[in-house]
Amino acid sequence: MSEFDNQIPSAYDPFADANAEDSGAGTKEYVHVRIQQRNGRKSLTTVQGLKKEFSYNKILKDLKKEFCCNGTVVQDPELGQVIQLQGDQRKNVSTFLVQAGIVKKENIKIHGF
Amino acid sequence: MADEEHNELKEEVPELAPFDPTKKKKKKKVVIQDIADDSMDKLAEKTESLSVADGVESSFSGLKKKKKKPVETRPLSEEIGEGEEDLDDHDHEDDEAEGASLHQERYPWEKSDRDYQYEELLGRVFNILRENNPELSGDRRRTVMRPPQVLREGTKKTVFANFMDLCKSMHRQPDHVMAFLLAELGTSGSLDGQQRLVVKGRFAPKNFEGILRRYINEYVICLGCKSPDTILSKENRLFFLRCEKCGSGRSVAPIKAGFVARVGRRNAGT
Repeated sequence: MSEFDNQIPSAYDPFADANAEDSGAGTKEYVHVRIQQRNGRKSLTTVQGLKKEFSYNKILKDLKKEFCCNGTVVQDPELGQVIQLQGDQRKNVSTFLVQAGIVKKENIKIHGF
Repeated sequence: MADEEHNELKEEVPELAPFDPTKKKKKKKVVIQDIADDSMDKLAEKTESLSVADGVESSFSGLKKKKKKPVETRPLSEEIGEGEEDLDDHDHEDDEAEGASLHQERYPWEKSDRDYQYEELLGRVFNILRENNPELSGDRRRTVMRPPQVLREGTKKTVFANFMDLCKSMHRQPDHVMAFLLAELGTSGSLDGQQRLVVKGRFAPKNFEGILRRYINEYVICLGCKSPDTILSKENRLFFLRCEKCGSGRSVAPIKAGFVARVGRRNAGT
């Protein structure tokens, strides 16, 4: 009956969703952009999880130049290298990384308030 | 495909109308239900008067009647239980008939032989649904959370006063919510004597709200049906979310604080 035919979408892959999520959530390579409060209204922005192939120092240099702030690359024993910037640069960093083609937009996670 | 059928059926209307078989069946039904239930009778009458409007729907309802027939022959004692179902059915017919009579005036495919567009038919279905069953159509009940009450304690600490209430309304362990909040805020904190959350640092209520919203999206809301009626359970070190409404489950990411830079004074020794 035509009624029933309508209810069944023919070209629907039931696993498409699950696969997409697997690649996204399970073995994800999110770039985490976090903020941390310091004393007063000062804050720090940390960028963690960039691909190892990138030269962190070069990215940092451009970030510093773009946002007019200071920053460093911190070597963490567990998480590897982390970029640290002064001030709340979360929005700036994420737009910069997307525009430079370093990370895709859906792989950036902005934490903090 | 279905559209074509609709068309055909519609064109056959004039021939069908004089000896409409559904009408007869309805009459029969009324007679039987007369004994059982008066309200049913009324409804049936209504549907009768309405269903004359269009052939498409009446032919459909005819199909339904065929399905329904065994029910009618059952003993009366069961009739009560079935009564509701019957009512629903009638409602449906009502909807269809009404929609049909209305759509004669207001739909763009009137007076033309063309096929229906999918969007048009979809719109029609939703209009009918919205008219008759507003609670079923799309705009679902929103889950309302109370806004977080945030106070300042001294200059350096923030107190989240109704933390426990919010945890309870989300059905989550306070520990889990606290871990998430602290990780996202990037600070440390603890529960105090009155079960309020004390966080180090200065934060506005808006900040908490945003983080709670993210928490709910990630750890409370079921992706399948969007209901907040879920259970978070821990199975050998992994967190799983199971929906109480639709029964679907998914794994959720563990809470990680990630890199925390050292702020404040360093010890002289290191």
